[in-house]
Amino acid sequence: MSKDHFLEIRGLKKYFDADRPSLRFASREMRHVHAVDGVDLSLQHSEVIALVGESGCGKSTLALLLMGLEESTAGTISFEGRDITHLKEHERKGLRRKIQMVFQDPYESLNPTQNIEEIINEPLLVHGIGKNKQDRDQRVKKALEDSGLKPADVYLQRFPHELSGGQRQRVVIAAALVLEPEILLADEPVSMLDVSIRAEIINLLAELRITRKIAVIFITHDLGSVGFFADRVAVMYLGRIVEIGTMLEVLEKPQHPYTKALLSVIPVPNPRLRRERIILQGETPNPIDVPTGCRFHPRCPVAMWTCKASDPPFTTLSKTHQAACLLLVK
Amino acid sequence: MTPPLQHGTFPLQRWRMLLKRFGWALFTILFVVVLNFFLFRVLPGDPARQGIRDPRLTPETIQAIRVRFGLDKPIINCFESLNPVKVGSCGVNPLDTQFFIYVKNLLKGDLGQSFYYNRPVKDILGERLWNTILLIGAGQILAILIGVVFGLFAAWKARTAIDYAALISGLVAWSLPTFWLAIILLFWGTNHGLPIGGKATPGMSSYPFMQQMGDLLQHLFLPTLAYTIIYMGEYMLIMRSSLLDVLAEDYILAAKAKGLSAFQILKDHALKNSMLPLVTLIAINLGFTVGGAVQIETVFSWPGLGGAIFEAVGRKDYPLLQGGFLLIAISVILANFIADLTYSYLDPRVQAD
Repeated sequence: MSKDHFLEIRGLKKYFDADRPSLRFASREMRHVHAVDGVDLSLQHSEVIALVGESGCGKSTLALLLMGLEESTAGTISFEGRDITHLKEHERKGLRRKIQMVFQDPYESLNPTQNIEEIINEPLLVHGIGKNKQDRDQRVKKALEDSGLKPADVYLQRFPHELSGGQRQRVVIAAALVLEPEILLADEPVSMLDVSIRAEIINLLAELRITRKIAVIFITHDLGSVGFFADRVAVMYLGRIVEIGTMLEVLEKPQHPYTKALLSVIPVPNPRLRRERIILQGETPNPIDVPTGCRFHPRCPVAMWTCKASDPPFTTLSKTHQAACLLLVK
Repeated sequence: MTPPLQHGTFPLQRWRMLLKRFGWALFTILFVVVLNFFLFRVLPGDPARQGIRDPRLTPETIQAIRVRFGLDKPIINCFESLNPVKVGSCGVNPLDTQFFIYVKNLLKGDLGQSFYYNRPVKDILGERLWNTILLIGAGQILAILIGVVFGLFAAWKARTAIDYAALISGLVAWSLPTFWLAIILLFWGTNHGLPIGGKATPGMSSYPFMQQMGDLLQHLFLPTLAYTIIYMGEYMLIMRSSLLDVLAEDYILAAKAKGLSAFQILKDHALKNSMLPLVTLIAINLGFTVGGAVQIETVFSWPGLGGAIFEAVGRKDYPLLQGGFLLIAISVILANFIADLTYSYLDPRVQAD
């Protein structure tokens, strides 16, 4: 991969201790939850990547690692050529301006005792942005209006509990935008919202990417909602990326059986269209005892006996499209 | 520019809520006044015979005592037309019943005459109340300060040795029986030459003011210490768990993602939100402890309100009991009202209901 990627993730791993130190038997080794288990990913300027996977596949942990809110176990993250994997909090402060995050639940991620103006003004104060109060007020209003809360004055003095879920999520987005970040991590930003609001928030993110040239990592469990605006789609399963490609490649020509299964269950608003649905059997395996070989083999409808033994490498299908499945290895 | 739509309605909403709460507080006090009056009249025993338990007491003397304290008057008029079961005495002047006189005197600020001390209840309660406020005020302020600081510290250092030490000592302090701790401290004080009873050394009133104050502080030391230990644990545990709850919220993580330092997060986001349960607790404790320091006051012979009420029960001193109960009820209601006010200031969501 070329050097101009401004965010590069290499072999990133995050293991959580599964046992409490006090409850552990001396003879037994500490077991780990393999939340993120070797992820490679790169992001370019104003690119939108959708990270798709079931709950528990490690996509939220990946976001926390990128934000430096969790310490990674192994691997590197570099941003604009600089290694940012292990930074002290004061070293990370400047970086926080450039990488911002939108949390999943707008009902939990806003402090109930602050009004909207305080919430959006706070990052400016923390980072010492804005020459004076007027300048900051201008920035706060612009962030609110860019996030679709118009006119901004109506909302400034309100408290989060007076807003709807969609409006709250717009406030969360505005609080991230006010720092003028270069990367926006959106961790399932629409999963807690009504279906009618979801499209609005996704459209908002799509707009921002055009107007503000922000790169977005859009984390979701719903493959159907990414088609709108993602440049590339990465499918995650049990802490690993199993397929990655441009949006059209992954949605139109999925190669990994897991991607195929995810795509086959997206509802299509046409009752005449009968498709074969691939319903996956069983639960996601326990991330403490990861299956041997291909980690998808216990649930894979086309698994072969070799899948149990060898971990499939990435097969390059086109310049941009890769998938990890033994069936693709020729 | 469009004018703010919602902002203008906030103060009105807030006033309306406060007015509603105030109305409820008044209603509760009225209810207590009525209940308080009848509660002591339902109790068995003749108060007129409590003062002098001499079998030679003549009926004339008993009657004279009754007249003197107004016990000869009917308790309440029965209001025939409204009251099918005819409770009370019928056919008497409603203005000349004990209940009416009680309410009338109450409005004048007169709580009656103590049977035992033969002094106005108001004066006795007044003296005792100041002593109690002195003891409880000092104890509560210390307990809140120490408890909150230790609780904050324990939560900030959660799941470390510091936290576990604070947790265990808090639990132990909270679960100690009050009277037991007071007695232990009393023994300890005896060995260290501290005064163990009352609020002043006899004869102190002829000494200069500063020396009197020093003497008072010495007397205050042990009961305040007992009080502080008992309540400190409770405040600490509540503060710790409340702060831990808040620190686990998403908006704390969001604040960290925005670049706030750990101290800024604690100061600007966690503290205000985690103080909410504590405000309720402090208000309830303040209300109840006006009469609730009975055990400590009894062990240390502190001339406070709790001790007065405790003694009045044994002496069947109904006017004093009645007045004491009313005072406790009013302070509980008042403390809750103040908690409501503080709450609406701390938590904007309260204004909404």
